[in-house]
Amino acid sequence: MSEQAKKPAKKKVALDPRFVDYRHVWVVVESERGEVHPVSWELLGEGRKLADALGVELCGVVICGPGERGRGICGEAFQYGADKCYLVQDEVLRDYRNDPYTKALTDLVNRYQPEVLMLGATTLGRDLAGSVATTLGTGLVADCTELVIDIETRNLAATRPTFGGSLLCTIMTQRHRPQMATVRPRVMAMPEASAGRQGEIVEVLFSMIETSIVTKVLEFIPDDTRDKPNLPFADIIVAGGRGLRSQENFQHVWDLARVLGAEVGASRPVVQAGWAELDRQVGQSGKTVRPKLYIAAGISGAIQHRVGMDGADVIVAINSDPNAPIFDFAHYGIVGNATAILPALTEAFKAHLAQAKKTG
Amino acid sequence: MHSVVCIKQVPDSAQIRVHPVTNTIMRQGVPAIVNPYDLFALEEALRLKDQFGGTVTVVCMGPPMAEAALRKCLSFGADDAILVSDRAFAGSDTLATSYALSATIRKIMEDMPVDLIFTGKQTIDGDTAQVGPGIAKRLGYQLLTYVSRIVDLDVANKEIQVERRAEGGVQLIKTSTPCLITMLEGTNEMRFGDLDDLFRAARHELKVWDREAAGIDAVEMIGLKGSPTVVSKVFAPRPRSKRAEMIEVRDSEPKNLAVTLLAKLFTQHPKLEQEIAKRAV
Ligand SMILES: Cc1cc2nc3c(=O)[nH]c(=O)nc-3n(C[C@H](O)[C@H](O)[C@H](O)COP(=O)(O)OP(=O)(O)OC[C@H]3O[C@@H](n4cnc5c(N)ncnc54)[C@H](O)[C@@H]3O)c2cc1C
Ligand SMILES: Cc1cc2nc3c(=O)[nH]c(=O)nc-3n(C[C@H](O)[C@H](O)[C@H](O)COP(=O)(O)OP(=O)(O)OC[C@H]3O[C@@H](n4cnc5c(N)ncnc54)[C@H](O)[C@@H]3O)c2cc1C
Repeated sequence: MSEQAKKPAKKKVALDPRFVDYRHVWVVVESERGEVHPVSWELLGEGRKLADALGVELCGVVICGPGERGRGICGEAFQYGADKCYLVQDEVLRDYRNDPYTKALTDLVNRYQPEVLMLGATTLGRDLAGSVATTLGTGLVADCTELVIDIETRNLAATRPTFGGSLLCTIMTQRHRPQMATVRPRVMAMPEASAGRQGEIVEVLFSMIETSIVTKVLEFIPDDTRDKPNLPFADIIVAGGRGLRSQENFQHVWDLARVLGAEVGASRPVVQAGWAELDRQVGQSGKTVRPKLYIAAGISGAIQHRVGMDGADVIVAINSDPNAPIFDFAHYGIVGNATAILPALTEAFKAHLAQAKKTG
Repeated sequence: MHSVVCIKQVPDSAQIRVHPVTNTIMRQGVPAIVNPYDLFALEEALRLKDQFGGTVTVVCMGPPMAEAALRKCLSFGADDAILVSDRAFAGSDTLATSYALSATIRKIMEDMPVDLIFTGKQTIDGDTAQVGPGIAKRLGYQLLTYVSRIVDLDVANKEIQVERRAEGGVQLIKTSTPCLITMLEGTNEMRFGDLDDLFRAARHELKVWDREAAGIDAVEMIGLKGSPTVVSKVFAPRPRSKRAEMIEVRDSEPKNLAVTLLAKLFTQHPKLEQEIAKRAV
C-alpha cells in the first residue's frame, strides 16, 4: 500500500494546499483491559474501502496500558485490514480517561496528519471524538450509516439518519482536516479476518505524568453479563411488539425463542410497559442488530424500530394488519393474529428440528 | 453551589412527519419541547441544590420561541434562565454551538463562579452527543460523560465522585470541580414543580443575550462560518426494492401458515436451517 500511496491520484485535483500533508485513513481501535470492542473491526472493514478509494494506507490507533496486549491488538488489526498501527502504551492510559486519551490522540493526529479519522459511537468513542474534534477545531459527523469518498475533492461524504431515520442527510467537512466520523456498533458489516496478514507497528512514546491528571478512576465494576442479553451479536432474534397486547401473550415470543436458541427482542412500547428489559429494545434509542433471522410479531415497523433491525439477513413479520409498514421491508409476511401464529411456529420448528435430528 | 444546566428546545419528534413529496420536515403544528434527555440533567442539578443550597441557572441557545423551554425549566425549580439568541448563531454545528455556549458560561462566571455544568446525554434532533464534550474542552473543565449517579460531592474541597457508564462496566471516578457532567437518561425522575415555581416561572424576567452580550467578538467562530461540517444533501431513505413475500394458505389455519413459512424459509435459505439446528435445544 505504501508505494501506491505515494503515487499521485489519477485525477488532477486542486487540493487545498493546507491539506496536502494530510493523508491516510485512521481508525481508533478501542480496547479496554485488552479486550477490543468489535465496532473497531467493523470500522476497519469500512476504512479499508475508503483507504483504497483514496489510494492511501489504512492505519489503526491502539491506545492502552502496558501489558494490555498492545502488540497483539495491532496484529489483529492487520488481519482486519490495517496496513499500519500506531501504538501508544503508557501507565496513565490503563483505564479510559478523557484527558490523557484526548492528548494521546490529538498529539498523534498533529504529528502524523491523517485525512480521515473514525471512531466507534460507543461511550468511549463519543467522549473521545467530541473532545478531540473540539481540540483540533475540526468537523465531526456523528452516527454515520454510510461513508463515501468524493475522489475529486478527497472529501468524506458522511451520511447519517436525522429525525429518527425518517430522512437521511449527507454531511461533509470541506475546509478542515482531518475529517472525523463516528459509527454505531453493528451498523457496518463485520469484515472477514485474513490470517497471516501483516503490517507495520509504529510505537509512539507518550509523556504525561499521573500527578498532572486530575481525574482518577477509583474502581471499575464490570457488568454482570451472565444473564444479560447480547442482542447486537445474536444470530437469531424473535421480537415482539405492542400487538401482543399483554405480558402473558409476550410469553409466546419467549417460547419460540427457546426452541430456536434465539434472543428475545422488543419494540419500545413493550419495554415501556415493562414486558421486557431495556437491554432488549431494538431501534433508534435501543440496540442495532444484524441477525441472520429476525422474526417480528405484532410490531408495526415504525422507522425508529426499522433503523435498528434493517440489517438483518431475513426478516419475517407477523401482523394482523395487511397494511402494516413492516411488510414494506420484511422478506416474509404473515397476516394474522400473532398470539395464535407464534405457538404454531414454535410447534412447527420443534417438529422440524426433531425430524431433522432423527434423519441426521 | 452554582450549577449551570444547558438545555435545548427540540421538536417533539414523536409528532414529526416528513412531507411525502418534498422530503422536508413538516414542522407546522409540531410542538416544541425541552429535549427530554436534558430533564435528567436539570433534575440532578435541582437535587444538589436541595442538598447543598445554591443556584441553578438554565441556559439555552436558540430562537426567541425557545423562551418557552426555559420557562418550563423555571417552573420545575430553576432559579435563573438565559436565552442566547442571535441570527448570527444560525447554522451552527456542534463546534460552533459549544463555542457559543462556553462563551456564555464564561460570561455567567463573571457574575457568579460556576461549580458544575450539566448537559443531557444527547438531543433527540441533532442527536450527536458532541456539545457536552465540546464545552468542557473549551473551558478546560474535567469531562464526565454518561454519569449514572453522583456518589459524593464535597463542595468545600471541590471534590466529586461519580459513577460513569463505560463499555462493559461502570467506572467509579473521582475528580475536582468545576467539571462538566452529561447525565445518563433514566437516572432520576423529574419532579413536579410546585405552584410557587409555576407562578414565578411565568413572571420571571428571563435574560436574553445576543452575541455581544454573550461576550462573543469572534463572529467567524459561530454560525455557518464557525461550523466545519456542511450539510450537502437531505433525502429520503431508499425503500427496499420488494415488498414482503406473503405467506398465504386458503384456510389460514395458524398451523398451516407456520408449516408453509418454514418450508419457504428453509428452501430459500438452506444455511438458516443449519444455523437453527446448530443452536436449538
Ligand atoms: C425519539 C424516538 C425514539 C424511538 N425509539 C424507538 C426504538 O428504539 N425502538 C422502537 O421499537 N420504537 C422506538 N420509538 C417508537 C416508535 O416510533 C413506535 O412507536 C414503536 O416502534 C411502535 O411499537 P410497536 O410496533 O410495538 O407498536 P404499534 O405501533 O402500536 O404496533 C402494533 C402492531 O401490532 C399489530 N397487531 C395488533 N394486534 C395484533 C395481533 N393480535 N397479532 C399481530 N399483530 C397485531 C398492529 O397492526 C400494529 O401494526 C421511538 C420513538 C421516538 C419518538
Ligand atoms: C439532522 C441534523 C444532523 C446534524 N448532524 C451534525 C453532525 O453530525 N455534526 C455536527 O457537528 N453537527 C450536526 N448537526 C448540528 C447540531 O445538531 C447543532 O449544532 C446543535 O445545535 C447541537 O447539537 P446536538 O443537537 O447534536 O446536541 P448534542 O451534542 O446531542 O447535545 C448534548 C447536550 O448539549 C446541550 N445542548 C445542545 N445544544 C444546545 C443548545 N442549543 N442550547 C443549550 N444546550 C444545548 C444539551 O444539554 C444537550 O443534551 C446536525 C443537526 C441536525 C438537525
